[in-house]
Amino acid sequence: MLSRVANNLYWMSRYLERAEHTARLIDVSLYHLLDQKSEYAMQRWNRMCDSLRIPSLGEEVDDTYSVTQTLTFDAANPSSIISCIAAARDNAQQIRERISIEMWEQLNRLFLHVKRTSMEDMWFSERHEFLASVKEGVQLFQGLTDSTMICDEGWHFIRVGRFIERAWATAALLDVHFLTSSQASEEPTDAVQSDHLEYLEWVSLLRSCSAFEAYCKVYTAASIHSHRIAEFLLLNAESPRSIRFAAAMIQSALQAIAKASSVRHTPRVERLAGRMRATLDYDQIEDIIENIHSYLDNIQKQCIHIHNAIYQTYIFYPIDGAMISEGAAQS
Amino acid sequence: MLLSDTSESSTLPPPFSGYSFEKAYDEMFDADGTPRPAYKKLYYRLREMPLETLHQRQQAADMAFLNQGITFIVYGSKEGAERVWPYDLLPRIITREEWVTIEKGLAQRITALNHFLKDIYHDERILSDGVIPRALVYSCCHLRRQMRGLHVPHDRYITIVGTDLVRLPDGQFAVLEDNLRVPSGVSYMLTNREVMKRVLPSLIDSYGVQPIGHYGQALLSTLLSLAPHGRLDPTVVLLTPGVYNSAYFEHTFLARQMGIELVEGRDLIVHNNIVYMRTIGGLRRVDVIYRRIDDDYLDSLAFHPRSMLGVPGLLNAYRAGNVTLANAIGTGVADDKALYAYVPAIIRYYLQEDPILQNVETYLLSDDQQRRYVLEHLDSLVVKAVGESGGYGMLIGPYSTASQREEFRQRIIAEPRNYIAQPTLALSRAPCFTNGHIEPRHVDLRPFILYGDHITIVPGGLTRVALKRGSLVVNSSQGGGSKDTWVLDR
Repeated sequence: MLSRVANNLYWMSRYLERAEHTARLIDVSLYHLLDQKSEYAMQRWNRMCDSLRIPSLGEEVDDTYSVTQTLTFDAANPSSIISCIAAARDNAQQIRERISIEMWEQLNRLFLHVKRTSMEDMWFSERHEFLASVKEGVQLFQGLTDSTMICDEGWHFIRVGRFIERAWATAALLDVHFLTSSQASEEPTDAVQSDHLEYLEWVSLLRSCSAFEAYCKVYTAASIHSHRIAEFLLLNAESPRSIRFAAAMIQSALQAIAKASSVRHTPRVERLAGRMRATLDYDQIEDIIENIHSYLDNIQKQCIHIHNAIYQTYIFYPIDGAMISEGAAQS
Repeated sequence: MLLSDTSESSTLPPPFSGYSFEKAYDEMFDADGTPRPAYKKLYYRLREMPLETLHQRQQAADMAFLNQGITFIVYGSKEGAERVWPYDLLPRIITREEWVTIEKGLAQRITALNHFLKDIYHDERILSDGVIPRALVYSCCHLRRQMRGLHVPHDRYITIVGTDLVRLPDGQFAVLEDNLRVPSGVSYMLTNREVMKRVLPSLIDSYGVQPIGHYGQALLSTLLSLAPHGRLDPTVVLLTPGVYNSAYFEHTFLARQMGIELVEGRDLIVHNNIVYMRTIGGLRRVDVIYRRIDDDYLDSLAFHPRSMLGVPGLLNAYRAGNVTLANAIGTGVADDKALYAYVPAIIRYYLQEDPILQNVETYLLSDDQQRRYVLEHLDSLVVKAVGESGGYGMLIGPYSTASQREEFRQRIIAEPRNYIAQPTLALSRAPCFTNGHIEPRHVDLRPFILYGDHITIVPGGLTRVALKRGSLVVNSSQGGGSKDTWVLDR
């Protein structure tokens, strides 16, 4: 498989996962803010932007309406939903023959749908429906990928992109929530109020990760505690929304790619992925929770290292030593 | 041969009642309106079929093309974008005997042209022997001096050729022009057949038509046979300018048919004069490149310095004999429209044979006497710019305005070497299902010739149709359409 093609598939996948995550975050936030004080709103939006690693939106973006508009429909903002979907589609267009026709048509349909919707359409009646349709549009694409695309290296690059994005974004979101909650616990506030608020915030965190119902099955709705949430989102082996699950997917996808591309020596990228997975397999929440911030920061760094290693191994490698010698055994 | 303006209205029964006849050869009917033997089955089938059914079959064909996303891009049109491939339902039929002659003639022609190219870039014997004026060859804008003395693997300059044939009023096929650089259209030929089999299966079944589906296989083995000597398991790639090129559909189609990698310039790298492609498994050596990029854009170090489409250093790898290009660089000197007039002489010179397929009469405007004649008769001739393709840069005398003719007169006087003139041909006409009934339209034929270690010609080719009534312009880039071409097997 050509390096350029792998690059396009990887980014198509990352941008779509990013669009879905952003849509979900906005949806949950809008819902959450409906019965909250308005001065609280901008704080919350800023934290959300932090978790998405979006630099400041500018001074004129100062209320829920304008934040929603910027993060959903502003094509000039590279982090907006429309920008992510457009970027995904651009990448897909370059490698149309590599994805199934169903995948291309679905991505195209999703793009046109978002492009044709205006902020006014969405704001007054259908906020949740619109954002849900974006999520579903991406999920349908992912479903089609799994059911119509051949599971070759291309499919594995799509998987790797999706789960790196998910691991990174979940870690960032968790990090911001823990930071906020530790700051809040240091400020003198009305205890009952802030308990309520905290509870709702943790629920919204779970919903932002599409993990609320699954969490309740494991721990019950009665026990929304921050360390259990951290345990669930970081270390749960079965939930597809956990970072540990994502790490396992990343490792297995990279192993499959290594095998398919017959790269002879075990690349650094596989070791990095293996190490991240092993850490999450064997760590206990009790050891982590005291220094959760640095733990989560480390996870994000590992995602970045893995991303860089993928590029150095498969896409932008230097020429020397990269020739495939003929007659080499193909495993 | 002038195109007649008056046509006799037909006395044919429906659905042919709108049919008219002219001096042009009609593919389906002979002079007194009797269907030709090869078309009898089609004729009776169309007589029986309700028009509504025919209409439905045409729509089914259009949907099939649309669903597969088979489009092409028309530059300069108002919408400017992709159009669905315009396909006419009724097949164009060629008899087995007619095809045997065509095949022999094409094989002869391409063999001679390959010899010519090798000679031009090495010993120039044909020029020293005075058969072709040296000035004609040296003034050709497609001559590539970098090819002088360059040894091409297997001496094969032209591997994939599309030669345009027309049928004259006397029923004979003649060569209109050769396309030796980057000929296109074969994917449409193959898809037209696919759609025909789906939409009119019993008709094609009743006939017995020679198959064409093996083109991809034949192309791949042709390309493999031309790998540089000593390469045991050669790697073949198709080099495309990318998604924005008008023929991109064909590039992906052929790459998929052959099971080879579709690459862009940026996927290739030349290192130590060897071409490699960047794969996730490392740099894989490339031996044969089926290149769908023009000479000028192939290598920014050797040709157009600002081309982003090519591979810097490719010419060096080529010089070193480490890669085969299909087609070779510099083949345009042999499909130059002025050189075309000398092709019969070229065949005689290298093969000591008379040409099997005739040329169309051509006036060379660099010759004083011929130029004078042409300038006096612009209203009855077709003038073509030597370097253009796609039907652009052309004056069709009988359909031109006085100011268009004046423009061409000035151009000819300024650069006579760049123009040729031919009589306005009455291209043959074939029945088309258009505007709800059957009418004749002008057609030509582009067979595709593959020349590897031997010559393979897939039976038939792309029949292009001038869709506008009376129009002679068949090129897809200017709104022409196409038909499935049947060469009968009995």
